[in-house]
Formats: sequence, structure tokens, C-alpha cells
Amino acid sequence: MQWHGACGASPKSAGYNLMRPPVSDLPIVLQDASFSIGQLTILHHISLSLEPGAPTVLIGPNGSGKTTLIRVAMGLCCPTAGSITWGGRAHSHGDRRAMVFQRPVMLRRTAAANVAFALAAAGISRNAQSALTAELLGKVGLKNLAFRQARRLSGGEQQRLALARALARDPEILFLDEPTASLDPAATKAVEDIIRAIAASGIKIVMTTHDLGQASRLAGEIIFLVRGRIVEHAFAERFFTSPATSEAAAFLRGDIVI
Amino acid sequence: MTEGVSALDLVLVGDPTLYSIVRLSLFVSLSALTIASFIGMPLGAFLALVHFPGRTFLVVVTNAFMGLPPVLVGLAVFLLLSRSGPLGFLGILFTPRAMIVAQALLVLPIIAALTRQTVEDLWMEYRDELTAMRIGPFRRVLTLLWDARFSLVTILLAGFGRAAAEVGSLMIVGGNIDGFTRTITTTIALETSKGDLPLAMGLGLVLIVIIIIVNAVAWSVRRVAEIRGV
Repeated sequence: MQWHGACGASPKSAGYNLMRPPVSDLPIVLQDASFSIGQLTILHHISLSLEPGAPTVLIGPNGSGKTTLIRVAMGLCCPTAGSITWGGRAHSHGDRRAMVFQRPVMLRRTAAANVAFALAAAGISRNAQSALTAELLGKVGLKNLAFRQARRLSGGEQQRLALARALARDPEILFLDEPTASLDPAATKAVEDIIRAIAASGIKIVMTTHDLGQASRLAGEIIFLVRGRIVEHAFAERFFTSPATSEAAAFLRGDIVI
Repeated sequence: MTEGVSALDLVLVGDPTLYSIVRLSLFVSLSALTIASFIGMPLGAFLALVHFPGRTFLVVVTNAFMGLPPVLVGLAVFLLLSRSGPLGFLGILFTPRAMIVAQALLVLPIIAALTRQTVEDLWMEYRDELTAMRIGPFRRVLTLLWDARFSLVTILLAGFGRAAAEVGSLMIVGGNIDGFTRTITTTIALETSKGDLPLAMGLGLVLIVIIIIVNAVAWSVRRVAEIRGV
């Protein structure tokens, strides 16, 4: 019998863990990790260490494996070959990891109830939820929309609500999968400001984006992927000024990289 | 024409016989619906979320049983509850309890199959979010059932509609005993065969009103969900 679950989750991960062990999920280390679905290999022999510090931004053309890589790092799917460890452990509760998806799903309740749900899932007592919900909604600028149905919010507001929900887990690492992909410039700026504030608070950001401008604005380091392989992994400044590979240079020029 | 007027009279003046039959019908149908819901909804959610050997077979059987012939259910329950049957010691054959059992068995596959489909569809949508939030199995089921609440109300009403309109199994396990196990549908069948059309037509009117109310509630629930964006 099998419930759908997360990769690398230890048996207790389904329950609440108010007494979190003082352990870190960082660094996240992938060792020769591959991910395949049937005959299709999406990630090829990835070796990578995600360390505490400035945001790590994954860029690359469509189908390069960016989303799959952060899903593996988040523990949503397991590598089909190779290994992954979180803070040196092959199994992790995952309590300190959170993820915001490209199209976050809003639960069918109010914005405040969405955040309260995430807080409850993180083991926060009902008494503390109300104040924390207000605080988190305030952080993402949605306090005045607390009692609006989440599905009635605009795309940008939903994305900000998803960030508040992710922060409810008090994460050490926050994965963002193209968080501004379908947003207008104003909404994009609002989300980027929040991401910057989150990064400044010490939370490790690992995100994917198609937007090179956004990558240069937010990234501390860049991971450039093509066809499921890491082509370049470098500090952002060096990557954008003097890319080490011809593929990266072509990608930065706007050439089509397949 | 005169039968129609007499039927309307029975309804409007509150004929005690007619309304006692209506009360029993509602009691049996709502009791059956309650029992079927308590079993069918968790069962449907379980089938939607848990993969185990034989799951596909169970899903197919549950779907197929939505069209279970009522007389067949009536026969099965009759055999179970008859004095020589395995549950004969309960002594509930030809009582409203037996009718509730039969109706619950008829409604159960509808609730379970439609709940499974609804929860499975919602799970496809929610899977990544709930997995990323590390929501455990029990809370996952509760979350999906809650977020599917408007669809589930519609499913319950569909189940009630099936129960309220049912006649074959009730005839077999209830016996259509005057003042004891006579429901709207069984009375209509009996009175029509006897030629007492006013009572049959009056009950028919009530049944139609009940079905219209049920559908109006289902429609309203959907509309509220659309307006509120949930």
C-alpha cells in the first residue's frame, strides 16, 4: 500500500514536529544524480552542492531540467541514479524546506486561511496562528486582502500569498520555480522585493527563471543547465561578465541554445 | 381531472396518511444517505489517494455498482435478513431498518465512486503543494474533502435523489406494510394498481417537489461556490 509521499522523507515526516532537531538541511549535495522517466533522462549525472548564502539561480532553455532539479533538491522526487543528501543525511524531515511553484495552487479558502493552513501543517499551535498569519500577510503586502477568497486574488497576489504560505514553514531553504513567469512588471517587482527581503533574512533561496535580468538582479550564483546537464556553475557577476562556456555565452547573447 | 383536484386537496389540507408516508420516506432516505456518506466518502478518498494491489478492480466495481439494479439489492438484502439468512437473527426484515440498509447499499457506490473521482481530480491539482507542505495522509484526506465540499454536497444530493426515487428494493425488504413500511414510491405503485389515483398523484406531487428542491439546492451550492471563487 502506498500513499503519495515525498522523497527522502523519514517515516515521521508526515506528523507534526514541534521539537525540531537543531540540524540543518544545508548543504544539499547531489552526487552524480540522474533523473529519468521511462526512457527519457531529464537530469544527467548532476553533482552539485547548494550551500548557505546568496541566492542560487538556475537558468537554461526550456526542457533543460531546471524545474526537475529543484524538485529533486526539494525532495519532491528522488533521483533515479546517484544520491542526494540534506545536511549530510540521506533522509530528512524536510520541515525547513519550502517551495513555491510556478502556478501555485490556492486552497479553496481565504488568504488568511491559506496561511493558517500552512502554519498548522508546520505544527504551529492554533493560538499562535492568528498573529503569525497577520505577520506573514503583512510581510508580503496582503494584510488588507486577508479575508478575500484566495482564488479571487490576482496572479501576483496569489504568488505573494504562496510566498507567505511557504514562509509559514519557517524555512531554512526556499525553492522558487519561476515565481514571476506569468506576472506583469509591477507584480514581478513586488515579488522580487519580497524575495530579496527573504534572502536578506538568511533564508537560502534556490530559484529557476527564464528572465536573465531577474537572474542578474537576484542571483549570488548561477547554475546554467542545458539538456539536463550543468554546463556552468559560477558566481553571478562572473557568469554575466565572462561566461566560461560557449553555450553560456550564446545563451546570454540571446542565441537559441538547444 | 377530478383525481388531480383530489390529489392537490390531499397535499394542501395536509392529509395525515399522506404526510406520514412522506415522513417515513424522508427518514429512510436521509438515514440511508447518512450511513452511505460516512462509509462512501472515506472509501472514495481512500481509493483516490492510496495505491494498492486490486485498486483498479475496486474502482471499476465501484463505478459499475452505481448502476446496480435496485431489485437485485433488494433480493440480496432480503436473503441476508430473512429468517434463514446469515443476518436473520437481527429480525429487521420488513421494517424501516431493512429499507435503510437496502437504500444505503444502493447509494453507497454512488457516493464512493463520485467522491473518488472528485478527490482524485483535486489531488492532481494539490499534490505538489500538499507534498511540499509535508501534509500527512490523514490531514491530506481531510483537506481534500473540505476543499471539495461544494462538489461533495452535490454528490450527496445526487445520492439522496437516487434514494428518494427508489422503489424496487423497498418493496422487497419493506413489504409495503400499511402505516409501517409504506414509502412515497411504494405507495404510488400500490395505489396505482388499486386504482386509488388521488393518493398516488398527491404523493407523486410531493416527490416531484422534493426532487426539485434537491436539485435547486444542488444548483445553489454550485452557484455559491462559483460566486465566492472557491
